[in-house]
Amino acid sequence: MLIARNLTKEFDSGAHHLTVLRDVTFEIPQGEFIAVVGPSGSGKTTLLGLLAGLDTPTRGQVILDGTDITNLTEDARAKLRGEKVGFVFQTFQLIPTLTALENVQVPLELRGERNAEARARELLGRVGLADRVEHLPMQLSGGEQQRVALARAFANRPRILFADEPTGNLDGTTGERIVALLEELNSESGSTIVLVTHDVSLAERARRLIRLRDGVVVEDRRASGNGSTP
Amino acid sequence: MSGPRPTFLRLARVSWWESRTTRRKLALYMSAISLGVMALVAIDSYAANVQRTVREQSRALLGGDLSVSSNRAFSAKTDSLFDSLAAQGFGVARVTGFASMALSPRSGGTRFSAVRAVTPNWPLYGEVTTHPPVPLDTLHKGRVALVDTTLLVAINANIGDSIQIGYTHFIVAATLGKVPGEPDIAAAIGPRVIIGTESAAATGLLVFGARVDHDVYVKARTATGDGPALQKIQQRLRDQQLRARTVAQSESRMSESINELSSFLGIVGIVALLLGGIGVASGVHAWVVRKIDIVAVLRCLGATGPQVLLMYSAQAALMGLAGAALGAVLGVGVQFLLPRTIGGFMPVDVRPQLEWLAIAKGMALGLWIALAFALHPLITLRRVSPLQALRRDADPVPIRRGWRDPYRVAVNLLLVGTVLAVAGTRSETWTDTFGVSAGIAAVLGVLIASASALSWVARRTLRAGWPYVMRQGVANLYRPANQTRAVVLSLGFGSFLLSTLYLVQSNLLGDLRRISAESRGNLILFDVQADQVSGVDSIVRASATQLIQRTPIVTMRVSAINGRDVNALQNDSTLRESRWALRREYRSTYRDTLAPAESLETGAWFNANDQRSEVSLEHEIAQELRVKPGDNVTWDVQGVRIETTVTSIRGVNWSRFEPNFFAVFEPSALARAPQTYVFLANSGDERRGAVMQRDVVRRYPNVAIVDLTLIRQTVGEITRRATVAIRFLAIFSLAMGIPVLFSAVAATRRERLREGVLLKTLGATRRQIGRIMFAEYALLGLLGSLTGMLLSFGGAWAVMKFVFEREMTPAYIPALVLAGVTLLLTVTIGFLSGREVFRETAMAALREA
Repeated sequence: MLIARNLTKEFDSGAHHLTVLRDVTFEIPQGEFIAVVGPSGSGKTTLLGLLAGLDTPTRGQVILDGTDITNLTEDARAKLRGEKVGFVFQTFQLIPTLTALENVQVPLELRGERNAEARARELLGRVGLADRVEHLPMQLSGGEQQRVALARAFANRPRILFADEPTGNLDGTTGERIVALLEELNSESGSTIVLVTHDVSLAERARRLIRLRDGVVVEDRRASGNGSTP
Repeated sequence: MSGPRPTFLRLARVSWWESRTTRRKLALYMSAISLGVMALVAIDSYAANVQRTVREQSRALLGGDLSVSSNRAFSAKTDSLFDSLAAQGFGVARVTGFASMALSPRSGGTRFSAVRAVTPNWPLYGEVTTHPPVPLDTLHKGRVALVDTTLLVAINANIGDSIQIGYTHFIVAATLGKVPGEPDIAAAIGPRVIIGTESAAATGLLVFGARVDHDVYVKARTATGDGPALQKIQQRLRDQQLRARTVAQSESRMSESINELSSFLGIVGIVALLLGGIGVASGVHAWVVRKIDIVAVLRCLGATGPQVLLMYSAQAALMGLAGAALGAVLGVGVQFLLPRTIGGFMPVDVRPQLEWLAIAKGMALGLWIALAFALHPLITLRRVSPLQALRRDADPVPIRRGWRDPYRVAVNLLLVGTVLAVAGTRSETWTDTFGVSAGIAAVLGVLIASASALSWVARRTLRAGWPYVMRQGVANLYRPANQTRAVVLSLGFGSFLLSTLYLVQSNLLGDLRRISAESRGNLILFDVQADQVSGVDSIVRASATQLIQRTPIVTMRVSAINGRDVNALQNDSTLRESRWALRREYRSTYRDTLAPAESLETGAWFNANDQRSEVSLEHEIAQELRVKPGDNVTWDVQGVRIETTVTSIRGVNWSRFEPNFFAVFEPSALARAPQTYVFLANSGDERRGAVMQRDVVRRYPNVAIVDLTLIRQTVGEITRRATVAIRFLAIFSLAMGIPVLFSAVAATRRERLREGVLLKTLGATRRQIGRIMFAEYALLGLLGSLTGMLLSFGGAWAVMKFVFEREMTPAYIPALVLAGVTLLLTVTIGFLSGREVFRETAMAALREA
């Protein structure tokens, strides 16, 4: 489903040369739930950006569902994201001016799908927010906002879902509920999940764990979690 | 990657949702074009109203379907032509116009007036209104006159009183209201007296040397206009060297004048629109900065660059349309108010009505400009990286501006094309189009260069020893995300426009003051017959009025130039532009010295030993006649041919209040010709002048007296009315600068807010933050207003030279005062837009920022 081959990302900042990722290589089969962990500055978010086609590597290749996205233009990558990729962010990233329903509808509208509203309502019902569809993000709690973000992420039935510290801004109990919901939706849709976190207990719920340190993969093992594969 | 694609409507829907909370702000930025649209809609709608009225009332405006005018009596041949036309069923009306003093025997008041003697069927079209209403045929039932109210006020007379015109008396039956084809302002210039043609001779004023205008109006036999027959008549009249004009020609000439005037006034609207465009660009830039996070999320969710651009352009277009619509509504309001201020200058009664074409054109142009300028910041949204959603600091410059970006190049070309096209819509020629565009580009270029220079100087001169608040304020001028260019550009442009307008106005009014100051006398006495000279002379001296100059006047026409007959010259197609100079009547004089208002340009002044008859010509008339020193001009002096040689060309300062001449002869050439005299006198005070005028007119009713004091009052009245329009323009310029300045300041408001709040968090007092803001805005305001002021000297010089063909005298003090006001405005707006920094607590504002 997702192949990273010799991924390297370097930055030039004036006289300084910085290598954030170095020769990262792995393969993720369809339906897997994988966690990427590591301390701050280890390159987790950079790796997520490269895998999701939000950025391009200095060297190396990313093959997403059979398509080498490293050679695609920015707009072609955007189209690919619209069709195959879902996102959940630490800071939720709901569009503040849109209601919960509209936020979930956006990826469907961008794809030009029919029955976008019905699908969005169904998903919001699925995450337990059927009675909050007309609320703006600022009228929702953090946990509710992240549930809307989950509904949005699954709206276009993504082949792969990237989650960047999805519980980072939530208290323990709420975070727990979100992860459970994530697993539930994952098992129903059969999407691949790539979770970036520095929360070890959360990472252990994945089926596979990749550990990064200073931009290099230092560990790639099966985890104890029960992240499902359909 | 195939699959369903979103339709425009779906994108528009997402865009509509997304705009929910920022619509009002975007509408505010886009409304920067409203004032420009208002000006264009008002000017074009009013011009269209005038055009429509001119079309509807064209016959009343001309006085008939054909008008013939001459400043000498019609020949017997021409008269018989008019008689035959009347016999064939054409309506024929005559108006004989001449100047006269009107005297009230009861009060002794006198006033120079324009007398019109009319035939019973005048006017052929339209209606004369009077107060109280009296039938026009009253004029032909005795010595009765209809007069302007201004005359009665001036000579202290009432309706029913007797007034003396020339050598006879008339009873004032009523005052004049509307006269077809004449603007109301005509009454202020020269009060009108209308009498029956039967009484004209009794005035004794239609004598030798008097300036008399003869007009004949012909009315078609049928309502459809009698076109071919009238054209034939026109040709026959032209063959007799008479000026004949059909209603179609008069209408097209009038239309042309209205078009030229509205094009010229429209430039103000265009400049306002372009300035509004700059405001839109600044405001939309601020708005775009707030959209970066949302766009990054949309990009993560699969929106492509073009889709993002389309969504936000649609929002801008909608708000631009709202801004243009607001402008159109305001424009229509101004259009309906215009007749109250400038209606008096119009020869027709303009009824305001909605002009949909003008409204549509104004709105379309406004929308186009708003979009073209909004696109400039909007295209940067395409390049927002989706990584921003993951990590806010992923890209140090979230809005990237690549100069080689094809979209940017296209938008820049669109902007250049827009300025050219917009200038083209208001210019007659390509030269004008490029001239106006180049002028605008030069002003913008200088302002941008000044802003860059300010940043550079600020960076170089900043010293560690300066107080902290000063350092911080000055450093704001060059640090990243500074507002130097945006503010200097909008402020400088607004200040440039305002100052230019003021300088032009003060120069025009200054000219009038100079005429008064330079004039040697305040009274000119015309048409003094040779046998009246000594009598007038003694009355003038007896009233303790100083006689400054007594000038003989001889009337004449050009008969031949270098041996070629004037008729042959008039038919020469290469001399088409000279026809007026060849046909006109010249009122010339003779003397052996140059007058103070004259200067010798080429040739030599008269030589007493020269055996030839010499003449000196004014340089413009010499150009018209295509003659130079050494050429021979033959004059027809009331039937006597006088051969002369042009020996010099003179420059004449026509603006001085004294008799000036196209042709001045050496004394021996004209001394024996029939002549009248003009006196220039200085009465010193108004009362002495009034007594002298009364005594002269009582004894010599044919003498006409022009009083400079009255002219000054008249011009004052006209300029007072015109000043209302000019003041409106000035206030308008100032008003349009304010939203633009707000937009420019708003462009970097977030950065300022964040910085101010951080400083507060770190312990800065409100007073310190206030001082930092003051230092920054004072420097920006100073540079913007001073650059605008300096540029306005160039702008005013160009307007005076190319539009009014006059010299420009800079008015430094008022321009500096204006610059000071602009500076104050900038600091005020800066503080107003940053007031949240003062109001909010550090925590609350940090959350907002």
